Amino acid sequence: MDLVMDDVRAAERPRLTWRLYGRSWDEVALAADGEPVTADWAWGGATGSKVRVCVVDSGVEAGHPLLGQIAGAYGVVSRDGGLSVEETDAGDACGHGTACAGIIRRTAPDCEIYSVRVLGERATGTGAMMLAGLRWAIAQNFDVINLSLSTTRVRFTDELRALADEAYFRRTVIVASAHNTPVESYPWRFSSVVSVGSHHDEEQPESFLYNPDPPVEFFALGQNVLLPWLNGGTIRASGNSFATPYMAGVCARILSKHPRMTTFQLKNALYLSAANVNVGIGGPS
Amino acid sequence: MAAPGGLAVDSLSRELLQSVVDVARAIFGAQASSVFLLDVEAYELVFHAVSGQGQRTLLGQRFPAGSGIAGWVVATGEPMLVDDLTHSAAFDRALAESTGYVPQSLLAAPLIQGDRVFGVLEVLDPSPRSRSNLESVDLLALFARQAAAALRIVIERHQLDGVRTSGGLDPDDRASARQLMYSLQRLLDTSV
Amino acid sequence: MRTFRFAHTSLGATASSRSIATPRTIERDWVWGDATGRGVRVCVIDSGIAADHPLVGGGVTAYVAEEADGAWVVRPDDAGDVAGHGTACAGVIRSLAPECELVSVRVLAGNLRGNGDALITALEWAVAQRFPLINVSLSSRKEGLKERLHDLADTAFFAGVSLVSSAHNSPVVSYPWRFPSVISVGSHSRTDPEYFELNPDPPVDFFACGINVSVAWPGGSAKVVSGNSFATPHITGLCARVLQRHPEFRTPQLRHVLAAVADNLVRSAQ
Repeated sequence: MDLVMDDVRAAERPRLTWRLYGRSWDEVALAADGEPVTADWAWGGATGSKVRVCVVDSGVEAGHPLLGQIAGAYGVVSRDGGLSVEETDAGDACGHGTACAGIIRRTAPDCEIYSVRVLGERATGTGAMMLAGLRWAIAQNFDVINLSLSTTRVRFTDELRALADEAYFRRTVIVASAHNTPVESYPWRFSSVVSVGSHHDEEQPESFLYNPDPPVEFFALGQNVLLPWLNGGTIRASGNSFATPYMAGVCARILSKHPRMTTFQLKNALYLSAANVNVGIGGPS
Repeated sequence: MAAPGGLAVDSLSRELLQSVVDVARAIFGAQASSVFLLDVEAYELVFHAVSGQGQRTLLGQRFPAGSGIAGWVVATGEPMLVDDLTHSAAFDRALAESTGYVPQSLLAAPLIQGDRVFGVLEVLDPSPRSRSNLESVDLLALFARQAAAALRIVIERHQLDGVRTSGGLDPDDRASARQLMYSLQRLLDTSV
Repeated sequence: MRTFRFAHTSLGATASSRSIATPRTIERDWVWGDATGRGVRVCVIDSGIAADHPLVGGGVTAYVAEEADGAWVVRPDDAGDVAGHGTACAGVIRSLAPECELVSVRVLAGNLRGNGDALITALEWAVAQRFPLINVSLSSRKEGLKERLHDLADTAFFAGVSLVSSAHNSPVVSYPWRFPSVISVGSHSRTDPEYFELNPDPPVDFFACGINVSVAWPGGSAKVVSGNSFATPHITGLCARVLQRHPEFRTPQLRHVLAAVADNLVRSAQ
């Protein structure tokens, strides 16, 4: 046994990006071994029916033509020096939450969408708001939580890690955006959540890739995505924020067909059905 | 009389800010670029430097930091590119019109110190097809990181120079330079 | 026969095959067939291994995690097994996967007391070595170690390193078995070494033979022992077999196929 591995690690250069620039899909092709999981088996024909999805974001503009009605709108508010979650009709502070909800609706049209607004309330740090919203969402036993947000605040890391673990044990899958820049932020870095970055092949809007070079686990289309925005309008936007809800929608479809899957079973199904993963039958050679 | 050091620091900071927006605009072949700094107490974003469209009229204008695309960038520390804004009935129309310029696309990245966002660097209408949109997002984020680091150095030098006021500037410039320094310092010293 | 009462043991519950969605029925024949663990590198972080014990059968490379000049390092070790615990685990692994390679990292002293830094150092090293399987039949209750252990468990997960770890014998919170990315093991009282159960009520993932198990003991003897420590290497041994046939499997796949062939699964139509 030699110690070459340590030397290799030490020689790694700092990254400029989590993305797959300069690498074609063929170059990240993986030979996998497992059951013949296909997109058709995993979520074909499924619409997300009976699956409850919560968007933890800037709020949602209910009734937007690309979104329709949602099942519930909540918000984190300051009360008596603490944070609490209440029903709200405050809408969307910036359009981002509506955009995420719209992608989920487009991907899994029959799922129930809930919103908890964690942005837009001044004077409270985003990290604390996100934590409060996430804690609430986990306690509600949603099937899927879309979190196109992360925090770089180190002091929230331990609590976020405990929340992500709790979500796993409650069979709530957290689908979380990788940060767009290669910084340390959370909770997407935790193994107990499904983390998503962007690919930019606009010809393949429904394909996603398994990243052979984690920590980002999956790449979905995150470029020029058509989105609902405020006041019934639409925009196109780019960033991991918009790749994530596509994967959340796929998870909702899988769960409507195969309820009770754990986060790791979902990861297994997503991995085996990723566009760059070729599944063989395995066994003795 | 103010010491020359104070003046140098203030014009240096203004030159740096202007150069940040000029370079950002050049990199992206954009119609305009601007830097907003966050006024933590008012929770407002303040235009501190502009290059291109709106150059004269925008400096010092404020708008709420809890909404809009810049608000998203402040709250999350994430860069973002939005396109096809003309299809959005809502894209901060009032703000855009007050600036006399309504962009088709907008690229925004945070100015970060440690784990705190103290401002936003925006680029309006980057010329299309020079690079993919995601590459643009990444490039602006990288450049914003460098700009933020440079701003931090200026602030630290200013702190070393103490409270000496700047001489040689006309009163308005001096006031805005002081305001810039004050808001930057407050940002960097306060945890949001 | 003594009655053993410790935490995280099987209550005989069944698990529904509906909770294991698969496109076709998964059989043990496909999962490991007649595999023997050949070529699979298994790291045992424990009290060392008495390599020459007949139930271990040689083929062990031994290291120790220790403090030297103020820094924690991993280096070759010739102390053998200072407590017997590691040899017992190694014997169980070899009983199920006789041809796997064993690498021992000693972190326990003669009184079965370990040092948290030794555990962290050994795990960091083992993850960096990219062992596909690490058996950790011990846990720590130190809150101060929790976050570092959790980070390491995540690093292992993303590196394709699967941790198999024993649940504490008392109903206490300890680590690393409690983390989602770790395959955690408690005990049942049956005697068939290949019989294991899927726990329908996590955090413990699986129950394996852990009560009145005959294990290798230093000096060439055997000893009947009980504890989740000894259930864990049963799952590790089975994982070594799986990895011989399916070398690309990572933690989610290992956990998934083990769940799909667990003995307490009640098959029902989807």
